[in-house]
Order: sequence, then structure tokens, then C-alpha cells
Amino acid sequence: MAVETMPIATASAAIPRPRRESQFGLMWRRFRRHKLAVVSLWVAGLFYLVALLAEFLAPVEPSAYSARFTYAPPQGLHFLHHNEDGNWQFGPYVYGYKTEIDPVALRRTFVIDEAVRLPVSFLVESKPYRLMGFIPMSVKLMGVENPRDPFYILGADRLGRDMLSRLIHGTRISLSIGVAGVTLSLFFGIVIGGFAGYYGGWFDSAVMRVIEFIRSMPTIPLWLGLAAALPRDWSALQTYFAITIILSLIGWTELARVVRGRFLSLRTEDFVTAAQLDGASDWRIITRHMVPSFMSHIIAAATLAIPGMILAETALSFLGLGLQAPIVSWGTLLQDAQNIRTLATAPWLLAPGLCVVVVILAMNFFGDGLRDAADPHGR
Amino acid sequence: MTGFITHRIIAMLLTLVAVSIVAFAIIQLPPGDYLTSYIAALSSTGDQVDPRVIENLRRQYGLGEPFYVQYWKWVTGVVRGDFGHSFEWKRPVWELIWGRLGNSLMIEGMAVMVMWLVALPIGIYAAVRKYSLGDYLATIGGFVGLAIPNFLFALILMYLAYIWFGTTMGGLFSPEFENARWSLPRIWDFLSHAWAPVLVLAMAGTAELIRILRANLLDELQKPYVTTARAKGLPEWKVVLKYPVRLALNPLISTIGWLLPALVSGSVIVSVVLNLPTAGPMLLRSLTTQDMYLAGAIILLLSVLTVIGTVISDILLALIDPRIRYGSK
Repeated sequence: MAVETMPIATASAAIPRPRRESQFGLMWRRFRRHKLAVVSLWVAGLFYLVALLAEFLAPVEPSAYSARFTYAPPQGLHFLHHNEDGNWQFGPYVYGYKTEIDPVALRRTFVIDEAVRLPVSFLVESKPYRLMGFIPMSVKLMGVENPRDPFYILGADRLGRDMLSRLIHGTRISLSIGVAGVTLSLFFGIVIGGFAGYYGGWFDSAVMRVIEFIRSMPTIPLWLGLAAALPRDWSALQTYFAITIILSLIGWTELARVVRGRFLSLRTEDFVTAAQLDGASDWRIITRHMVPSFMSHIIAAATLAIPGMILAETALSFLGLGLQAPIVSWGTLLQDAQNIRTLATAPWLLAPGLCVVVVILAMNFFGDGLRDAADPHGR
Repeated sequence: MTGFITHRIIAMLLTLVAVSIVAFAIIQLPPGDYLTSYIAALSSTGDQVDPRVIENLRRQYGLGEPFYVQYWKWVTGVVRGDFGHSFEWKRPVWELIWGRLGNSLMIEGMAVMVMWLVALPIGIYAAVRKYSLGDYLATIGGFVGLAIPNFLFALILMYLAYIWFGTTMGGLFSPEFENARWSLPRIWDFLSHAWAPVLVLAMAGTAELIRILRANLLDELQKPYVTTARAKGLPEWKVVLKYPVRLALNPLISTIGWLLPALVSGSVIVSVVLNLPTAGPMLLRSLTTQDMYLAGAIILLLSVLTVIGTVISDILLALIDPRIRYGSK
């Protein structure tokens, strides 16, 4: 009788070991259940994409001006056209302008002229430029077919500069200052908070007093005072970095508190004691055992800190003490909207404000979702 | 209780010293000292500069001496009520700011009151009627309220008022009441101007308070003592208001310590937008013209008021909550 034996070796090869989910895989799975957070991730991602591809997406240079079209209202972008034969015709276009004399203010104003349609085409040739400063390109996403025609999808400002292009370039500055500020804050936060939490003792209490002190100060007067001391003749890049540093001077406190709290709670965990008894060095314990176990928390806390940074930069630049004129950020753009009379004639100048609100909401929801997902004891 | 209060007040005094050092550091930050810019300003207008006056001023402020000597001269002056001289206005700093500081304080105090008056009923409602339409509205409103920067809110409010009513908002008084004494019409005039900045300032804080109150109250409402009270036949409003709300209020009072700095910050920028005669616009102007003694005094006083407000809220909290009173001495 033949005994059927199953070759063990092949069997074990045939049944694959269940794939182990990585920590970030688990996090991602929990995160996906949070619908609002997922949508927010897409929104925030879209904004960062815009920031990255600013030169390609913006129809013109942010500083290109045209005295002929001051405060031209938004043209919008239209796709369907009902032509004379009664058919619908597809093809992107914008309306032209006609000028009218305002009978009250005796001022030339631009009115959308629906009789004139200026066709818009995508991927148009342009003057050569460098995408992100190093990729040579000579194609822009869109433009009017005749480059001499006006093209102001979101309207024009006081000098006839294209609002959309300025908004796109402003997105790059505002979003990047958020990330740069948080990165710097994170560095200080991890170093200072880590030392305080791991070693405790007098250093810990001193750091905590300093943090309490900084957090009890009203931030905007402090930031204003520091920003006002920046030399006026600094270049755009220098001001940019200086503002980042000023924002981080206060921003690090929140992250340091989070890091310290994590260190304190992990210091007495069994796996840390085990590593200490094994004779691992402090450096190894921190980098190999402790940091990986709270990295996700730190990332969530850092994400939640970005909106604050963006808001702070916007507020400072809005007041005129943050980034200065040649740099385009949402704050410097909103500076033009400070005057109520300007605002009444050109309400589209508030568009950067809308961007601020959307980005802040998205980053907050995304950060909340990330925080919930990073919590292993969560639902 | 006295132990707790003295402890807090000592901590406050130390904080105040630190605040004054920071404020003085900001005064010192711009390149060049006060006198150089003063002389430059005088010469540019063609005025004669009397070397004796300069020498006097140099001695008075201790210019050219080490940092700590200058700081000491400045801070002892501050304690005596002498905040230095504004070279732009050519008047003592104190004369310039006390009225404006009073306006700031009034607006901020009203904002705190509005915050509480609005957040309390809404927060209780949102917690008691969890997942009702009103709760969702409160949650959504809270998120939006936190996401709109207050200066943007002020701008939008100004724009809407201009479009709908054709009025330009701004200021705290009509011109005819600007320098009048306090009287009933003047109070009315003040209130009709002040509602906008107060509303703007209170918005973010209200949103935050509603969120905290709702979360606290939800925790409390699940506790057994609430069920007991209900089982004993207490009317529902009494079940909610008598104990859970009181307990849920405690963390709320302690958040004043976090809200105040944000409120003072916000009032600076909102005042600039709405053109209020408060300390904010003056701070901004003094910083752009590098009138540093004025700027330093405003930064110092705003911070000092914040710190004192926080301490008062801490003491209030200790009065209400015995656990804090006895927990730390």
C-alpha cells in the first residue's frame, strides 16, 4: 500500500507566510477610514502640487504688469458656448473687456464684454523658463491664443498683474514657509524636548519653565518686534529665512512639549528597560527603540503645526513686517486688500484669503486624521 | 489658599522680570541706538542739535554702557512709570499709550465675556443633544471659526457692511464723541462701533471653548452620578446644570491662560484692519518708524496684562476647584 506522503518542504513553500503589515501600513489602513481626512489629504496634496509646479501653472510671471488693465475683473474660464446656430460648441475661452466710464467716480472701469470671446488653449508655447529653478521648459499650462489679448481668469490687481499667477506663486512661498518653519521647529523641539524628557532633572524643569513663559506671551507683538528689527536692505532670500527662524522661535515650544511627553511616557516602558539592561548606549536606545515608536505621533503633531505657521506668516506679511514686496505670498497679496475702498471695487483681491482658509482646514483635518491613525489604542 | 496665591504671585513676578528683559531686548534690536536715530531725525528736519541735550539724554538712558546697566536704568524707570520718550511724537511714552491701552483692555474684556456667553449655552446644547442637527452645526461652525484668520474675518465683515449698508466700518467712536466724557449716548456710540471687533475677536475663542466644553461635558454625562440623579427623579435641566456643567467648567477656566495671549495677539492685527484707537496700530507704526521705546513699552504692557490675566484666571480656578487649591501649595 502506497503511503501518500506530502512532501513537507514543498508544502511549506506553497503556503506563503501571511505578509506582515508594516507600522505605516497599519496606520494608512486606519487613516483611510477617516473620510474627511482622506479628502483633506488630497486637497492639501493638490495645493502642494500647485506650489511645486508654480511656473508651469501660472499663465504669466507674477511681476508682469500691464497699466492698461488695472483692476480688471475676473474673466472666469468658460468651456461651453452657445453659438448663433443654436448649437453648443466646446472649447475653452474667456470673455474680453470693454471700458466704461463710471458716472459717479468718473473713472475708467473694465466690464466683461460677452460679445468678445478669446479662445484659450492648453500647453501653449512661452518664453523659456526654468521649472523649480532648474528644469528648462518653454510650455505653460494655458494661455490665450493671441498673447496680446488680456488673460485674467481671477482678475487683475492695482498694477494690472494677473491675480491667478500671483496666487499660484504665492502658494509656493506660503506653503513652503509653513514646511520650513515646522522643520526647523521640529529640529529644536526634538533636540530640546528629547533631552528634557530623557534625562529629566533640572534641565527638564528649566525647559518647561521657558516653554511656559514663551507660551504665556502674546505672539504677534513679539513676532512684530523681532521682524521689525530685520535690516531693510536684506535680499528676498535672507528675509525669507529670517522670518522662518522668527516663526520657529515660538513654534518649537509646542513640538518640544509633545516630544518630551512621549519620552517621559516611554522611558519607563519595559522594552526601554530591557535595552538599558542589555547595555545599549543612550544614543542607540533613543534612535533605535524610542524614536520609531513615537515617530508617527511626531509627524501628526508636526502636520498640525503647519497651519499655525502659515497663518503666522500671512498675518505678519499682511501687517507689512513679514515678507517684503517683491516676494509674493498670500500675506503680501492680502496687503493690497487692506483698504476698504479698494476691496469694494476689487473684491477678487480676497482670493488669497480663501486659499488660506481652505488650506488651514485641510491641514487641520488631515493632521487630526493622522493623529487618530497614529494612536495604537484608537478605535 | 494663601500659600497657593503667594506661590502663583512669586511665579508671576519672575515671569514679569523675564518679560521685561525680552521687551528691552526688542528695544535694543534695531541697529544703532535711540540717540543716533534721534539726532538723525533732528538733523534731517534742519533742527539744531544741542550737544548738552544729547549728553543729558545719553546719561539718562545709560547709552554706550553695558546691556545690564541700560536695562537697569530702563526697568527702574518703568517701575516708576517712566517708559522713556517717543522720539516720533516727542512726548513721554506713557502719555501716548495709556488711553489706547484702556481701549485695548475694554475690547478684549468684552470679547472674553462674549466668548463665555455664546460658548456656554451652545456647548451645553451640543453635548446634551449629541449628534443632533444643532450639534453638527456647532461642530462645523467651530471648525470654520478656527480656520478663518481673524483679520480676514474683519476684512470680510468690512466688505459686507460696505456692500450692504454702504458704511465704512472702523474706529471706536464717532467723531463727535471722540473726546467727549463718558455719558449714555457715548456708551451707545461705543457699543455700536465695538460690536464688530468684539465679534471678530471672540470668534476663534468661542469655537475653541465650545469644543472643549462639549468634550468635557460628554465625559461627565456618562458618569454614574448623573444616572443616579436622573433615577432619583431630578428634573433634566437640574441633572445637567447642577453637577456635570460645573465640573466641565473647570478645564474651561484654565484655558483662559491659553486664550488670553491669542486674544491679545489677535486684537493687535484686528485693530489695524478696523483702524481702532487701541495699542495695536500704534505698536505697528512705532515698529515701522523704529520708535523703539514706544514699541518696547507697548510690547511690555501687553505681555504684562496677559500674564496678570492668566494669574487671575488661575486664582479663580483655585477658588472654584478645591482639588487645585490643595493639590499644589
